[in-house]
Amino acid sequence: MRVFSRKWYKGLNLTAFSLVMAFLYIPILILIIFSFNNSRIIAGWQGFTFKYYVLLFQNTAIKEAFRNTMLIALLSTLISTTLGILTALALENKHFSGRKGLLALIYTPLVIPDILMGVSLALLFNFTRVNTGMITVLIAHVTFCISYTVIVVQSRLEGFDYSLVEAAQDLGARPSYIFWKIKFPLMMPGIIAAALLAFTLSIDDFIITFFTSGRGFDTLPIYVEGTIRRGTVTTINSLSTLMIAFTLFLVVITKRIRKILVSAL
Amino acid sequence: MEDIVLENVSKDFGVFTAVDGVSLTIHSGELFSFLGPSGCGKTTLLRMIAGFETPSGGTIRLGNQDITDLPPYKREVNTIFQNYSLFPHMTLFDNVAFGLRIKKTPKAEIKDRVREMLNLVKMEDQANKYPDQISGGQKQRIAIARALINKPRVLLLDEPLAALDLKLRQHMLIELMNIHDAVGITFIYVTHDQGEAMGISDRLAVMNQGKIVQEGPPDDIYERPLSIFSAYFIGETNFITGQVKALYDDYLELVCDDGGGKSFELDCSFQHAPAVGSRVTFSLRPEKIAISRNKPRAQDDINMLKGQIEDILYLGSHTQYIVRVGKLKIRVFSQHKRVYFDDKALDWEEKVWLFWHDTDTWMIENDALEQLTEAQLSESGQLSRALKRRGS
Repeated sequence: MRVFSRKWYKGLNLTAFSLVMAFLYIPILILIIFSFNNSRIIAGWQGFTFKYYVLLFQNTAIKEAFRNTMLIALLSTLISTTLGILTALALENKHFSGRKGLLALIYTPLVIPDILMGVSLALLFNFTRVNTGMITVLIAHVTFCISYTVIVVQSRLEGFDYSLVEAAQDLGARPSYIFWKIKFPLMMPGIIAAALLAFTLSIDDFIITFFTSGRGFDTLPIYVEGTIRRGTVTTINSLSTLMIAFTLFLVVITKRIRKILVSAL
Repeated sequence: MEDIVLENVSKDFGVFTAVDGVSLTIHSGELFSFLGPSGCGKTTLLRMIAGFETPSGGTIRLGNQDITDLPPYKREVNTIFQNYSLFPHMTLFDNVAFGLRIKKTPKAEIKDRVREMLNLVKMEDQANKYPDQISGGQKQRIAIARALINKPRVLLLDEPLAALDLKLRQHMLIELMNIHDAVGITFIYVTHDQGEAMGISDRLAVMNQGKIVQEGPPDDIYERPLSIFSAYFIGETNFITGQVKALYDDYLELVCDDGGGKSFELDCSFQHAPAVGSRVTFSLRPEKIAISRNKPRAQDDINMLKGQIEDILYLGSHTQYIVRVGKLKIRVFSQHKRVYFDDKALDWEEKVWLFWHDTDTWMIENDALEQLTEAQLSESGQLSRALKRRGS
C-alpha cells in the first residue's frame, strides 16, 4: 500500500514538473523555432532560413539600439553596484540607530510599480526641464537598480563572520589590508550577483525607459515595441533568440568570473 | 622571567562587570590556564590580552612593554579562536602564510617557513586544500600553524577544543602539550573544562564572577582548595560543616552534626588555623574515601565513619556509592580493583565503614557559600544540603 502511494506521488511530481517546464519554455521554444521560419508573418512553417538573421545585422537602427542598451546597462550596473557596495558597508554598523529606517527606505522602491516610477521620473525631468535622452535613461536605470544591488550586497554582508576580521587583526593586518584581502573577496559573490541582477534588469527594462528616453534614444526593448507595433515580427524573433543566447552565456560565465576574481584578489 | 603581567585589570560592559580587578603574573614559557564557568570573565580577559577589548581599568604588560592600549596588530601575541576562523577563500598554505605576507617576507622564506609549520602540525600534505575540505581537528592544526608562524611571544587559546569530539579532544590536548614543548613560548589557555585545564597546565587560575578565586599548580588547587568555589568547580567533593573542638599543630578536631541527632568527630588538616569553637566547612573528595563492610583497624591518622549505603551508581571506570551518615549523604568513588576489601560486592542498604587519611579532610578557609550562584548551588545537591544545614 505504501509502495503504491509512493509511486503515485512520484508520478504526480513528474507531471507537475513537466507542466512547469512546459509553461516556462514552450513560448521561448516557439520563438526560437519561428526565428528560422521563412515567412514574413507567423503562419505555419514555411521552411528554414537564416535570412532574418542577416537582415538583423544589416539593420542600423537595431545596431544603434543595441549599442545604447549595452552602454546604459554597463554604466548603470557599474554605478548602481558601486553605490550598492558603499551603502551596504555604511549600513553594516548594527549600532547605528537609523539603520532600520534607512533600509526600509531603500527597500520600498522594490514594491513600487514600474509604471509609477516611470511616471514620477518623467515628471521630475519635465519639471526640472532636463532634456530626455541618454542621461535621463541612465539616471532612471541607476535609480531602479540601486535597491536591488544594496539588498544583494547587504544580505551577503549579513552573514559575514566578523571573527575573521579579528583573526586577521591578530595576525598583524591593518584595517585597509583586512578590507581588501578578507572582506572584499568574501563579499565578491554578492557583488557579482548584484551586478548581474542590475545588468539584466537594465537590458530588459521597457516601462521606465519608455517614460524617460524621449525621442531619438532607443534601447532594444523600446525599438522592439515600436517595430512590433508597425507589424514586422520576423527580425524581432531572431533578435530575441540572440538575446536569450546571450543571457544563457552570462549565466554560464558568471561562475567562472567569480572564481577568477576571487583567486585574483 | 615574567612575560604577561596584569595589574588590577577590569572590564565593564555597561553595568555588567565582566572582569573585576584581576592582578596576575604569567611566567615566560609557562602553559597557564584560565578555568571557570561560562560568563566568569575568562574570555574577556583573554580578549584584553589579545587587544580586542580595551580594559576599563588597570594595565597589561608584555615583558617590559605596556600593551594596554596597543591595537591587536601591533602585539606580539597570537590567538587560536574557538571556531578557528580560518579564511575560507584561501588555501591552507595561504592561511598559514597570511602573517608573513603582511610583513612582506621574501617568497622563498615564506615557502620554507610555511612548510616547516605544516610539518609541525602534521598537515604538510594538505597545503593546497581549502578550509571547508578538512575536518575540525585539522582546522585546529592549521589555526595553530597560522598563529605560531608569526613567532609570537605568547599564544592565546580560547576554548580551542570545544568544537571537537571527546576522543579527538584528548588527542589534541596531548598534541598541544607537545607543540608547547617544541616551540617553548608562553601559552595562555582558556577553558571551562576542568579536565583539560588540569591535564595541560603548569599553573591555572580558577575564575568566578570576574575575579580570580585561586591560582596555582593543578594538584595544589585540587588537593588544597582555598574556597568553596574552587573545591566545587574542580572535581567533585563532599562539603561537611563542623565545629572546631581542639586545635593542634598540624590538625584540628571537629565535631560534626549528622543532622539526625547524633554527632561524630573527625580530624582535619588546614592551612590557616581557625578559632576554637568556630564553625568551618571542609571538603572531602569522594575518591579519597575507602569503603568496607568490615571495621578497619583503628589508627591515629585515619578518620572513620559508619553509615548505610543508600544508592549505588555503576559508572564504568568506578562505582559511586551514596552513603547515609545520619542525615548527611556522603559520596564515595570506588575503583574496580580486583583486590577487594570484602569478598562479596556491597549491596543496597548495607551497613558500611568509611575511612580515609585525616589529611584528606581539608578545611576551607573561605567559608562563604554565598559566592556560588543559585544555579551553581542547584547543580550540586550536596551543596544545597550544606547550605541548609548552615542555615538551621
